[in-house]
Amino acid sequence: MTDPVLATHGLTKTFGSLVASEDVSIDLKPGEIHAVIGPNGAGKTTLIAQICGTLTPNSGRIELAGVDITGRPTRARALAGLGRTFQISALAMEDTVLENAVLGALGATGNPWRFFKPALKNIELREVAEQALHRVGLDDVMSTRTAELSHGQRRQLEVAVALTLQPRAFVMDEPMAGLGSEGSKVLTEFLSELRSEAPILLVEHDMDAVFALADRISVLVYGKVIATGSVDEIKRDEAVREAYLGDDA
Amino acid sequence: MMSERNLNIAVLAMFIGIPAWAYFSDEPFTITLMTRAAIFALAAVGLNLALGVGGLVSLGHAAFFGLGGYVMGILAYHAQTYTPLAEWPFLVEGTKSMPVIWLASLLLSAGLAWVIGSLSLRTTGVYFIMITLAFAQMMFFFSISWSAYGGEDGLSIYVRNNFPGLNTLDPIQFFAICFVILLAALFLSARLAKSPFGLALNAARQSPQRVETVGLNTQRLKLVAFVISGAITGLAGALFADLNRFVSPTMFSWQLSGEIMVFIIIGGVGRLFGPVVGALVFVALEHFLGGLSEFWHIYLGLLLLLIVLFGKGGLIGLICGREKVHD
Amino acid sequence: MSLVLVFEQVLNGLQFGIMLFLMAAGLTLIFGVMGLINLAHGSLYMVGAFAAAAVAGATGSFVLALLAALAAAAMAGAIVELAVIRRLYDRDHLDQVLATFALILIFSEGTRWIFGSFPLFLDIPTYLRGPVTLPGGIQYPLYRIALIVIGLIVAAGLGLMIARTRIGIQIRAGENDREMIAALGVDISKLYTLVFALGAALAGFAGALVGAIQSVQVGMGEPVLILAFVVIVVGGIGSIKGALVGSLLVGLTDTLGGVFLPRILNAFMDVSSAANIGSSIASMAIYILMGAVLIWRPTGLFGARL
Repeated sequence: MTDPVLATHGLTKTFGSLVASEDVSIDLKPGEIHAVIGPNGAGKTTLIAQICGTLTPNSGRIELAGVDITGRPTRARALAGLGRTFQISALAMEDTVLENAVLGALGATGNPWRFFKPALKNIELREVAEQALHRVGLDDVMSTRTAELSHGQRRQLEVAVALTLQPRAFVMDEPMAGLGSEGSKVLTEFLSELRSEAPILLVEHDMDAVFALADRISVLVYGKVIATGSVDEIKRDEAVREAYLGDDA
Repeated sequence: MMSERNLNIAVLAMFIGIPAWAYFSDEPFTITLMTRAAIFALAAVGLNLALGVGGLVSLGHAAFFGLGGYVMGILAYHAQTYTPLAEWPFLVEGTKSMPVIWLASLLLSAGLAWVIGSLSLRTTGVYFIMITLAFAQMMFFFSISWSAYGGEDGLSIYVRNNFPGLNTLDPIQFFAICFVILLAALFLSARLAKSPFGLALNAARQSPQRVETVGLNTQRLKLVAFVISGAITGLAGALFADLNRFVSPTMFSWQLSGEIMVFIIIGGVGRLFGPVVGALVFVALEHFLGGLSEFWHIYLGLLLLLIVLFGKGGLIGLICGREKVHD
Repeated sequence: MSLVLVFEQVLNGLQFGIMLFLMAAGLTLIFGVMGLINLAHGSLYMVGAFAAAAVAGATGSFVLALLAALAAAAMAGAIVELAVIRRLYDRDHLDQVLATFALILIFSEGTRWIFGSFPLFLDIPTYLRGPVTLPGGIQYPLYRIALIVIGLIVAAGLGLMIARTRIGIQIRAGENDREMIAALGVDISKLYTLVFALGAALAGFAGALVGAIQSVQVGMGEPVLILAFVVIVVGGIGSIKGALVGSLLVGLTDTLGGVFLPRILNAFMDVSSAANIGSSIASMAIYILMGAVLIWRPTGLFGARL
C-alpha cells in the first residue's frame, strides 16, 4: 500500500459545546480524488480550515508527505506543498487575473523580497502563471480585473493559483459552486486529469461531479466520518442513505 | 477627463515652472513655499507606501518625520558647538554634511519604524490606528522632556547644512535638492509598487488569506513596507528641519501625522502622484486661505470632509476618473 | 519617600484615571456599538469645558456649568452624528479617521473663532475648595476627592445602565449582533444617535470637571483623546470594564512614574541627571505599558480574544 500524501489522525475541534470535528481521520493517496461530502453544517469547512491552518484543532494530527504540519501556520503548509482553493473566492479583486496568478508563482519561489524589477516582466514568474491560466482556460481574460470576472471564472482562477504552487496535494473547497452545467463539465474533466499530478481532497456539493470524479468518498455528519469507501460502496451504505442521501439516492 | 499621466506631467511642470519663475522674478518666498510642498510630498510619498499599497492606516508618521528632524538637529547642533555626540564606545562627532545626515535619518527612522511596526502589526484595524498615534505621541512627549536638546523650545541650527558642490543657502539650490530627492522617491515607489514585493503587498491588503495560502508571510511584508515608509518620511523630516533651520517637538505632533495623511487623501489614495498633488494643494491653501483668514483650518476641515464623504479618489480621481488597470 | 507622598500620588493617579475613564468609556461604547473610530471625541471634551467656563462666567454657578457642559456636548454630539458620523458607519477606518480629523479642525478653529485664542478659566466652587484631612492626617484637595467620587458614581451608573436598563440591553445587543437589534424592532439610527450623544456627554462632562483644575483652551482635548486610546488598547475595545481597568492603570502609571522614577534613579546617579532621565522615561511610561500589553495580549486585557 502506498503512503498517503495527506492524512489527518483523530482531528477534534470544538466551539464551546458544539463539536465541529470529532475524531476525523481521513487520508489522501497519490493519484486519487478523495471527496468529502455531508449535509450543511456537517463540519466540512471546519475540517478544511484545520487542514490548511486557519483553525487549530483541539487534538489530533495532520501530516503532509509524512511530516507533521499540525502546528504550522498556513504559509508553511503552502510551502510544504498544500494547494488550496477557497469556497468564497479570496482573490485580490482589484488586481488582474494575471497578477493573481503571478502572486501564486511568486509564493512558490518563496522570495517576495524583490523591490525593483516589475513582477509582470519577470519571465519565470510570468511563464508559470500563464501556463496555469492556460490550463484552466483563462487565457482570454488575463488582463481583466478580477472583480469583473464571472463567478465561475473566479473559481477557475482559484484553481489556477493553486496550480502555480505545484503542490503535492490539492485541497479544494467546492470548486464547482456556481459554475453552471457546461463549466462544471469542463472543470470535472480537468480535475480528473489533474489527479495524476497531485491527489485532490475535494469538498463538493455537486453530487454528479463527486460521483463522476471521486475514487473514494468520505461522508461527514455532525463532525464525524460515518463512512469511507468507493462511490458504489457509499451509494449502498445504509447509514449514509439514512443520514444524508435520503430518498433521492 | 485628463489622463493621469498628463496630470502627473503637469504637476511636475508646476514644480519646475513655479520656482523657475520665482527665481527670475526674485521671489525667494515662493521658492521656499515650493520647497515646503516638495518636502511634505516626500513625507506623504513615504506614508502612501504603507497606506495606499499596504493598507496600513498609520496615524503616527510624525514619529518618523520628527525623528528625521531631530537627527538633523542633533548632528548639526554638535557640529556647530564642536562637542562630540558620544565618546563611548567610540567617538561620534556631529556633522553638517547633508548626505551623512540623510543616511542617518533613513537608518534611524527605519529602526524606529521597525520597533513601532513590530508592536503595532500585532493588531489590525482600529487598534493599529490608535497604537501608531500613541507611539507618535510618545515621541512627542519624550522630545519635550529631553532637555539636553532644547526640550519644548526645540533646537535652532544657525547655518543650513552643506551639500558638496552646492550653495544650500541659495533657496533655488536647496529647492533643487529637495525636488530631486522627491523625484527619486517617486521613481522608487513606482518601481516598488509594481515589483514582486509590491504585488504581494498589494494582495496582502486585499486578501491576506490568499497571500498566506500561497506561502507568503503577510505580517513580514507589511512590516517591511512600514519600515521603508517610515524611512522615507524620516528623510523628509531631516529636509524639513534643514529648510527651517529649526526642529522642535511640533514635528512629532499628532496634527502633523494627520496632515501627512490629509495630503494623500486630498490627492488620491494609492495614486503615485496623490501625495504630490495633495501637498501642493495643501501648501497653496495654507498660503492663500491663511492670508485671507486666521481660521483657515475650518475651510481645510470642510474641504477634507467633502472629499471624504463625496469625492472618493481625491483630486486625481476627480480629474482623471477611475484608476486604469495596469498591464 | 514618605508614605504620605505615595498615598497622595496614588490618589492623584486615581483621579486622573477616573477622568480618562469618562473619555474612554464613550469611545469604547461608540466603537463597540457602531464600529466607529472617533478622533473628534477630544473636541467634545473641549466643547464641554468651554460651555462650562462660559456658563460659570455668566451665572457663577458650578452646577449650572456642569449641566451646560453635559447639554452642550450631548447636543454637539447628536448634531455631528446626524450630519456627518452616520454617513461613516459603512465606511472603512481610513475614511472615519479622516472625516473625524476634519471635524477636529472645524471644532478647534470654530471654538477659537468664538472664544479667542486665550485660555478661559473655570473656578472651583467655594464649597469644594481647599484641602480636606483624610484618615491618617493626610491633607488632600477636596475638589480632587470630589472628582474621584463623581467619576466612580458615573462609572457605576453607566455599568448599571448597561446591565439593567432597556437601552443597555439594546447597546449590548448592538455590540454583539447588529442584525439582532434590527430584528428586535429597535430603531437603530435613533439608538446610534443616542449612544453617540451619550459618549459625547461623558466627554463633555470630563472636560468641564478637569477644566476647573487646568486651563480651558483650544486643543485641550486631543492629548486626552490619545491617552484614552492608550487606555482602550490596554483595556480592550468595546469593554467598559476594560476601559475602567485600563484608565486606572494608565492614570496610576503616568502619575507615579513621573514622581517616583527620578527618585528611584537618584539612587544610581546624581540628582540632575536622575531628574532628566527619570522624567524622560516617565514621559514614555504609559506607552511602554501599552507595548507590554500588546506583546502579552494584543487585543487588550479584556478584549475579545481571537
